[in-house]
Parts: sequence; C-alpha cells; structure tokens
Amino acid sequence: MVPLEYYLVVAGIIFTIGMIGVIVARNIIIIFMAIELMLNAANLAMIAFSRNLGSMGGHVMVFMIMTVAAAEAAVGLSIIIALFRNRDSANIDEVNLMKW
Amino acid sequence: MELAIFILTSLVAIVAALLVILQRNPIASVMYLVTTFVAQAILFIQLRAAFIAILQVIVYAGAIMVLFLFVIMLLNLRREDFGKDIKLKYKPLAVAFAMVLLIETLVAINASMIPALPGADLSATFGSVQGVGKELFTTYLYPFELTSVLLIVAILGSVVMAKKKL
Repeated sequence: MVPLEYYLVVAGIIFTIGMIGVIVARNIIIIFMAIELMLNAANLAMIAFSRNLGSMGGHVMVFMIMTVAAAEAAVGLSIIIALFRNRDSANIDEVNLMKW
Repeated sequence: MELAIFILTSLVAIVAALLVILQRNPIASVMYLVTTFVAQAILFIQLRAAFIAILQVIVYAGAIMVLFLFVIMLLNLRREDFGKDIKLKYKPLAVAFAMVLLIETLVAINASMIPALPGADLSATFGSVQGVGKELFTTYLYPFELTSVLLIVAILGSVVMAKKKL
C-alpha cells in the first residue's frame, strides 16, 4: 500500500500549483480553473485520510465539496458572462471600477 | 506495482495541472484540467473510493468542464484576448508564496501527528455506492438535505446574473 504521506505530498503540490495560477493568470477563466484545481487537491487529501483511518466521513465530505464546486462554477461562470458583456474582455486587469 | 501506478498517475496529474495555468488558450487549459481530474480519479480508485472516482469523472470531468467549455465558446474570445497570460509583476510574489506554502505543507506532513494505520481494516462496502449512500442518508442526512438549498440558491443566482436586464 502506498503510504499516506505520498498522497498528501501530491495534494500539496497540486494545491500550490492552483495558488500560483490564481496569482499569476490574467484570464479570468484560467483563474477559475486554478480554483477548481485547489478544490480537487483538497478532495485528494480527504480521500487519502479516509482510506487510512478506515472511516467513510471523508467520502461524504468530498461529495459535499463536489456539490459546492458545481454551484460555484454555475454562479461564477454567469458572473464571467455578465462581466464580458459589460467589459468585452476576459482580462481581469481591465476590471478596475472598484479600485481607486 | 501499486507504487508504480501511483507515481505515474500523480506525475500525469501534476504535469497536467502545471499546463493548465501555463496555457494561453483557455480551451487547451480545460482539456488539461480534464486530464488532471481523470488522473485523480485513478488515485481515488487506488484509495478504494470507487463511487467517488466515478462521480469525479461524471460530475467534474463531464458536467462542470462541459459548462466551462460552453462559456468559453459563448464568450467568443478573440486571439488578442488570450494575450500574454502571465502577469510578470506578480511572478516573484507568486513563486515566493508558493515556496512558503509548499515547504509548510511538507514540514507539516513530515511532523504529522496522525498515527499511520497502513491498511486499516476496511469493511466490504468501503467506498462503494452502498457504503457512501448509507452514510449519506443516516449520519450525514441533515447536511445532505441542506445541499438542496445550496443548489436552489445557485440556480437562482446564475439565472439572475446571466440575465440581460433585471
């Protein structure tokens, strides 16, 4: 059996990549995808712990996280559509109305 | 053998995750994200979470990513919108943050207080549809019902947001 630590390291690396994406990317859709990456890294850690403790709680938690991710994708993508309609661009540097 | 599959799959997941944020074209990004999700589904199967692995492929790689593709095609991005995708100004900051986070994670894992229980004895239904369903409808019934409220709010929110005129 693969030790728990290996899975946690992989989850940590994927989470870090997602965070770099949120900071560095300019296209709002790619920022959104980086957030999905971070959610998924959390899922992986959850399932690994669940396997190692022999308890099913983590599976239910992942189920809930997937629901939240679906809701977040629906609302977030409609925000992106509204933004694109008003700004005609997917570049977040051009969204500076609230910035002084 | 198990370790070899683990290493191969996690390498695919990590490289695809890197490519997601390095692509200029969002459609290519979505495809790499699907690759990461499928690789993670394989890891889930290794962890005996069969039901969650199938959900990962159907809901994440299927439904959510198709939603992303729909929106990207709806937006009708021009090539100049792809632009230079990396904000150079924030690159050092991002690398510094990432290093701190990664080192922190590794130290935490190294010093973790979790007792290692390799091969904790699992019931026969561990991770199956039956097992997850039983937990969902007994122990976690209340949060499960609350999810429906969340979904209704999300539907209303997205309709209101995407409407042309309120």
